This record gives sequence, C-alpha cells and structure tokens, in this order.
Amino acid sequence: MKRRTLLASAAALTLAFGGAAFAEDKTKVGFVFVGPVGDGGWTYEHNKGRLAVEAHFGDKVETVFQESVPEGADSERVMTQMALSGADLIFTTSFGYMDPTINVAAKFPDVKFEHATGYKQADNVSVYSARFYEGRAIQGHIAGKMTKTNKIGYIASFPIPEVIRGINSAYIHAKKVNPDVEFSIIWAYTWFDPAKEADAAQALIEQGADVILQHTDSTAPQAAAEAAGNVVTFGQASDMAEFGPFPRVSSIIDDWAPYYIDRVQAVMDGTWTSTSTWDGIGAGMVAIGEISDAVPADVKAEALAMQDALADGSYHAFTGPINKQDGTVWLAEGETADDGTLAGMSFYVEGLTGEIPN
Amino acid sequence: MDLSSINPILLIASLMVSATPILLAALGELVVEKSGVLNLGVEGMMITGAICGFAIGVNTGSPVLGFMFAAICGALLSLAFGILTQYLLSNQVATGLGLTLVGLGLSSLIGKPYEGIKSPTLQKMEIPILSDLPIVGRMLFSHDPMVYFSIALVAVVWAVLKYTRAGLILRAVGESHDAAHALGYKVVRIRIMAILFGGACAGLAGAYISLVRVPQWTEGMTAGAGWIALAIVVFASWKPWRILIGAYLFGGVTVLQLNLQAAGAKVPVEVLSMSPYLITILVLVIISARGNHGAPAALGKIFHASR
Repeated sequence: MKRRTLLASAAALTLAFGGAAFAEDKTKVGFVFVGPVGDGGWTYEHNKGRLAVEAHFGDKVETVFQESVPEGADSERVMTQMALSGADLIFTTSFGYMDPTINVAAKFPDVKFEHATGYKQADNVSVYSARFYEGRAIQGHIAGKMTKTNKIGYIASFPIPEVIRGINSAYIHAKKVNPDVEFSIIWAYTWFDPAKEADAAQALIEQGADVILQHTDSTAPQAAAEAAGNVVTFGQASDMAEFGPFPRVSSIIDDWAPYYIDRVQAVMDGTWTSTSTWDGIGAGMVAIGEISDAVPADVKAEALAMQDALADGSYHAFTGPINKQDGTVWLAEGETADDGTLAGMSFYVEGLTGEIPN
Repeated sequence: MDLSSINPILLIASLMVSATPILLAALGELVVEKSGVLNLGVEGMMITGAICGFAIGVNTGSPVLGFMFAAICGALLSLAFGILTQYLLSNQVATGLGLTLVGLGLSSLIGKPYEGIKSPTLQKMEIPILSDLPIVGRMLFSHDPMVYFSIALVAVVWAVLKYTRAGLILRAVGESHDAAHALGYKVVRIRIMAILFGGACAGLAGAYISLVRVPQWTEGMTAGAGWIALAIVVFASWKPWRILIGAYLFGGVTVLQLNLQAAGAKVPVEVLSMSPYLITILVLVIISARGNHGAPAALGKIFHASR
C-alpha cells in the first residue's frame, strides 16, 4: 500500500518535472510479483532475474517492482501506475495477471509488456513461460521409484493448464516405473500461504503419502516433510537446497535471467517484437537441481539420462500412447503432444482419480 | 472416495496445532476489546512476533526464548498503538489498520537475513501415563507445550474476567469509561495494560506459526490469520471459552477440508476451500440474529477525562 502511494507520487513527480530527459537514457523496467521476493520459490527466482538485469546493464537500466500484488483488479492498478511512471517494459509474472496485462497494454501502446505463463498476446504483449512439465517428468520418475507406500501427494495451486500439465507429466512418469502408484491431489487455491501449505502437506502425509510434490511457492511443505522424517520432497521453482539432501532430493529451478536480459536488450535496441517464448531444459530456462545421495545411484542415472534426452529433444515428456482420464485416446503410440494442446491442457490423463475443479 | 484413509485421531491432533495461533491471537484481542479498545492491528503484531521469535530462536537456539521475545515485541508494537490511541486520541480503526501495515513492513525488513533458515522447534511434550493412553494419548496428550499453554490461558482469562476484582474493573472500563473514571479508575492505564496483553498474545501466536507450525520464516507468512482472530472474537460474543470453540472449529474445518481433498471426496473443491469462512459467516449471522451480541458498550470509543 505504502509503496503504491510512493509509486503514484513518483509518477506525479516525473510528470511535474518533465522527467523525459532524465528517463531517456535509462530504460525503466517494471516487475509485478504475485508473492513476496523472499518466498524462496517462484517470486524469489523472478526477482533474481530482475537483479541479473540490473547487474548486466548497470546504469543503463532502472528497475522497479511491486511484490505481493493480488491477481485481479489490484494488479491492473499497479501496472497502470508503473506505465504512468515511465516504465518502458513491464514483466507481469503470474498467470492471473493475464487479462489485466492485456487491458493495461491496450491503454499504453508504447509500453512493452511481458506476461509469464499466459496465452494471450497483443502487439505490445509478449508471453513467456518455461516447460516446467519437463522437470515434472523427472520428478515423477524419481517419485515413482522412491515411494514405498505407492501414494504420492501433490499440492496443486490453481486449476490452470500449467499446473495440470505438471500433474499429468509427473503421474505418467511415476506410473511408468511403478504401476501401483496413486496420486492424492490437494488444490490449495493459493500460490503462497505457508501455513496452509504446511497443513496440506500434513494432511497428505497423515493419509500415507511418502512423496510430496508441490506446485505452491513456499518451503513450508519441505519443513512438514522433514518433521515427518520419511517423506521425500522436491524443490519448487527454486532449489530449496537448505532442505537437502533429505527430504528434498531434487528440484525444478526456474532461470529467468537470460530471458530478461535478452528482452531488455531488445527494448534498448528497438528490436522488441511481440513473441511467444516457451523454453525448457534444453534452453536452460528450466534447470534440475542436484539430485541428492538419498536417491539410489541407478535411479539418479536414469533421471539424468532423461534430463539429457529432454534437453536435446530426443524425448518428449508427453509421448504416446497416452489416454485421457475418460479412456479416450489422446496420443497414439509414438505420437508427441503439440504445443497448442499442452498450452490449454484442461484434462487429466488416464489413471488419475478425482476431477479437475473448474 | 476413501474416507477410511482419514484418521480421526491424527485429524484432531493436527486440528489443535492448526488452531493454536488463532486461539492465542483471538484471546489477546478479547481482553483488549473487553477494555473497550478495538485494535485491528492483530495481523501486524502477529507477523512481527513471528519474525522476532524466529530470529531469537535461531540466534540463541532456544525456542522458549524466542517465544518470550516474540511476546515482548508484540507488546512493544501494541504500545505504539496504545500511545497513539489512548494519549494522542487517534482513531482506533485507522491506527489499527496502520499498525498492520507497519508490522508487515517491519517484519519483512527484519526477516531478510532469516529467509530459508531452519529454526529450533519446540519438542513435543511427553506426559507420563497420559501420552501412553491409546487413542486419547496420541490425540490430546502428545503436543508441544504451547498448545496446552494456550488452553490454560483461556481458563485464566475466563477466571480473571469473571471472578476477580481486576476483571471486574477491566469490564467496567470497557462498558462505560466515564463511569469507571468517575469511580476513580485509571481508564487509560488499564486500557494500555490490556493492549499490551493483546500484543503479547498476538506475538506468541505469530511465533507459534514461525517456530512450530511451519516452522521457518517467509514473508507474509501469517497470511490473514490475524483477521480471522478478529472475526473469532465477535463469533465468540466476547466469551473466552467460546473463543476456544471458535478457533478449534475454524482450525478443524480447515484441516478437514484438506483431508477430504486428499482422500478424494466427491465434493467440489471450491466448496471445501471456502467452507471454513462460510461456516464462520454462518455462525456470525446466527449469533447476530439472536440480538444480544455481548459487545462491550464503549468498544472503539475514544476516552478523554475532560469530556
């Protein structure tokens, strides 16, 4: 709230003193974050990307950010104020900012926008995301091998394609190595609420899950697993190495820095165009955190082999035969999923129980 | 759906843990409101308590010291509220909201170096004989000391308010500060003490989240628990034992809905997720419909001796 007023007054000042000359040489880049920069996960990594931009460009760039911005009308106000205060490029880093980004971008045709994990583009709105599902495939493989109760808990955030892709990918690969595996899924309806995430992990553990996958941003489930003693977890969005080597046995790390630097450079050079970027392990946008020694050597070797295959493109995480939950065929033998279907994925694959809330 | 996978013993055990922070915070706020002061800054004091307790817990290795320091920090922050509202006669609602914002900002400032660090946590108390009882032992008698402390505090607050002279004076100040003043009671001093107690309780509540329930520090980790505590005070019609019921009901529904989801219950997730809030609102409506809310008559009113 305070920072918002600060931004507003900064905007007013810029206007009042005709800060054009001042703003001309510096490229101003805004970041809208869904959680606090200290969440240790999703927003933490985006902020690392922001700091990398500052380090790379030094005096030529000025970054501003606002953290813990609720998805919805509030985010629209934040973006509007950033645009008014002279931002040249604004990164909006959560799925729920999709429509607000499009709305604000329509009002500021000269400001460039970049929306993470969405699918709506415009002339001045690019979209970018990472193929987290490739990392999930590796997690699923390790999870399927590590579970003794054959029950894997999954703390999901919101029922959006990105999250559903992750569940499907993890399930397919867990099932492949362990046909008896079952997934229990809890929809937390939050990206960041440590107490709720801890409770969710606790509920899953109490019901016999001995591997917990999370698609929420805090490290609370890691702590719950550690307290339980015999439960395996994976770092989400950030390495969460402080919980290694056990319970955290590996992680998916988002690396946004190269992309952010590229895009800021493009704005400086005047070569920025609206693009849709979706990079995975191969391009380095998704990294797999070190697989700890708690994982048996042969499983680790298999996981690393899969990582290489995903990176060089010789293996696709969604390779047929795969049926949808209702038993209808989705991918035939050897067929791989196309990006369009993946981007809008709204169904479970065969074997998963329960329904996706809508 | 496989409801048999929900273990009622573990469910009740985790319910008690889940409810303890809101129980502590609500209890503190009850005393504050009984004295006629509305402090909306519970969330801010909680989160400040969370980081202060965590920092001391990490640095000294003693969670007990952490809790004590959290209570002191919560009380100090509430003292700022007390001075503003009682001596400088500022508006209580606005000051309370401001306190929340200050607490959130202050905590993330203090908390920067403590991100991603693990803290020492309270050990579960093994009570001889009781802990070994079948079912009940695991359910009720194998918690950390703070769970029992919070329940004991409910009893103490209830007894003090109902049976002691101090409790009577506190309630008199909350019902009619002019009358209490005319009788020679120091209204402002009594209110400040109540505010300090509320702050200390909120600090403990926050520390319980960061030292026991989660246990680690992340920014914004109380995630609205302070507001729930405020609702529970109204829910309880300002009666201590009902605070216990309200907090456990809220904690219970929260834990139950997660368990139902994990068990694959065929109830829409949206309904389950909103159920804790829905039930809270429902009970509030039922209580309001009965007419007698039990709110202290001078709640939120500014007191000045010359007026």
